[in-house]
Amino acid sequence: MLTYVGRRLLAAIPTLWGVATAVFIMARLLPGDPARVIAGVTASQDQVDHLRRQLGLDQPLPVQYLDFLGGLVRLDLGTSAHFGDPVLAEIGSRLPYTAELALAALALAVVLGISGGVVAALRRNTVIDVVISTVSMLGISMPTYWLGLMLIVLFAIQFRLLPAAGADSPESVVLPAVTLGLLSVGLIARMTRSSLLEVLGQDYVRTARAKGVSPARVVVAHGLRNALVPILTAIGLQLGSLMGGAVVTESVFGWPGVGRLLLDSIFSRDYPMVQGLVLLFAVTYIAVNLLVDLLYVVVDPRVRYG
Amino acid sequence: MAEPLWRRLLRHRSATIGLTVLAVFALAAIVGPLVIRFDPVRQDLERILLPPSLAHPLGTDNYGRDELVVLVYGARLTLGLGVLAVLIGVGVGAPLGAVSGYLGGWVDMLVQRLAEILLAFPSIVLALALVAGLGPGLRNVIIAVGVSSIPGFIRVVRASALQLRELMYVEAARALGVSSGRILLRHVLPNAAAPLIVQATIQMGVAILVAAGLGFFGLGVQPPTPEWGELLGEAHTYIFRDANLATFPGLCILLAVLAFNLTGDGLRDALDPRLG
Repeated sequence: MLTYVGRRLLAAIPTLWGVATAVFIMARLLPGDPARVIAGVTASQDQVDHLRRQLGLDQPLPVQYLDFLGGLVRLDLGTSAHFGDPVLAEIGSRLPYTAELALAALALAVVLGISGGVVAALRRNTVIDVVISTVSMLGISMPTYWLGLMLIVLFAIQFRLLPAAGADSPESVVLPAVTLGLLSVGLIARMTRSSLLEVLGQDYVRTARAKGVSPARVVVAHGLRNALVPILTAIGLQLGSLMGGAVVTESVFGWPGVGRLLLDSIFSRDYPMVQGLVLLFAVTYIAVNLLVDLLYVVVDPRVRYG
Repeated sequence: MAEPLWRRLLRHRSATIGLTVLAVFALAAIVGPLVIRFDPVRQDLERILLPPSLAHPLGTDNYGRDELVVLVYGARLTLGLGVLAVLIGVGVGAPLGAVSGYLGGWVDMLVQRLAEILLAFPSIVLALALVAGLGPGLRNVIIAVGVSSIPGFIRVVRASALQLRELMYVEAARALGVSSGRILLRHVLPNAAAPLIVQATIQMGVAILVAAGLGFFGLGVQPPTPEWGELLGEAHTYIFRDANLATFPGLCILLAVLAFNLTGDGLRDALDPRLG
């Protein structure tokens, strides 16, 4: 098992290197002089030159590239042009908010999705089946930003039940988490339904029923337990859209996480910050997918990891 | 022999719904600007944020423009953005996927790593990063959204190329001394058409979501040019004065994306002979 984990980690290194290189190239697509752009139109030539030296932009591109990679290895993402702090420190201070939002959304999606899928599987071809396929279709097609706005209109403006923006009170997380979570509910439910139906048709489930195991225990211990791998895959596949969705949701609700920081940094032309954040998103995505792969082995001992 | 594709498609209920919605939007995008006279720059400050009425069925926006007219004009831009972005994705992704799957070896390795790297960025984050580098505006949004759709097309075409490579007639063509380039063009790409069309239809929905998202954040098409995402972004600013304004542009985006997804599902079923 340990060697398997080690091999998977090693295999991720070329991808990480490629991702870092892609981010480096993207940050240098900008036409014109980045130092001038960061310093602003009002800055003097001296200030611009100083900034250029400070950011290392006076060096040839290969040197900049090696500096960039060297910094990454030492976990140094550079200094924010806007805040003046190290990029990593600023990201660290915003990360807990995004984690809170993402976990709340994921919990909502998993609980609603799995229970919806179980009910749909047990009550096959009824209204709930139609409801679930509709919700999952709407989830894929829904513009997150619009869903967020409509929830603000309904719950913050019409009913005045929940705050429209910010993270000042504990209930502030409700609307953004619902916005983000609802997008994945349908897909998880659909996967749970089909996976569970397949398992419940197996011989060992019939055996369990025949020997008098209670119906609830058959569904949970024999059915759901064995249906977990495809469900996990569905959840893993949702994480990419969940992260993209977090950028959008945080910006709509003024939630002070890393997603909103990304948009703010794009607007304030804080390129070191944009670079660091884009990298963070990609690395998180790779790490989470790796984790899901490793979880298969835990969930289903038949999955070989040789 | 099986019945023609279009008839199989029309028997598919969700595809029929999707195609109908798409036809209405396409008609609005093509014919609308020809029959309605409209100048997006013209403001009418006495008529801003009016509620729906007989004269303005969906009310007026923050520039005093008729919301329905603005949305009809927006259809052309938003749908056009999606089409052009997907064309970039197909144009780059399909040949890469075909070469990767057919040739295999180190070419395949290289293309696969490239796709893997692009896939590590969520679409909206990749598009945002590219627009942050290239700057906002119509052209750059098309490039950004197009690039983020490339890996999907690589995957789909590569999968069919891998299957085709082993088929007898491709082997026969190779034995006859037909060049790889010609085999790719005459045999591999045409036979990947079915999954490619399904992927392109579904990717249209994603492209519209991402492009309108960039517009929503003010990084896409700039006001007063009416694009659905940009209109929704403007409506966000006025949400406490006129909640109504945010409803319709978002509904248009949702309907368009939904229609592409439903049509894509229908096409997948209609093009797959195994499902009968």
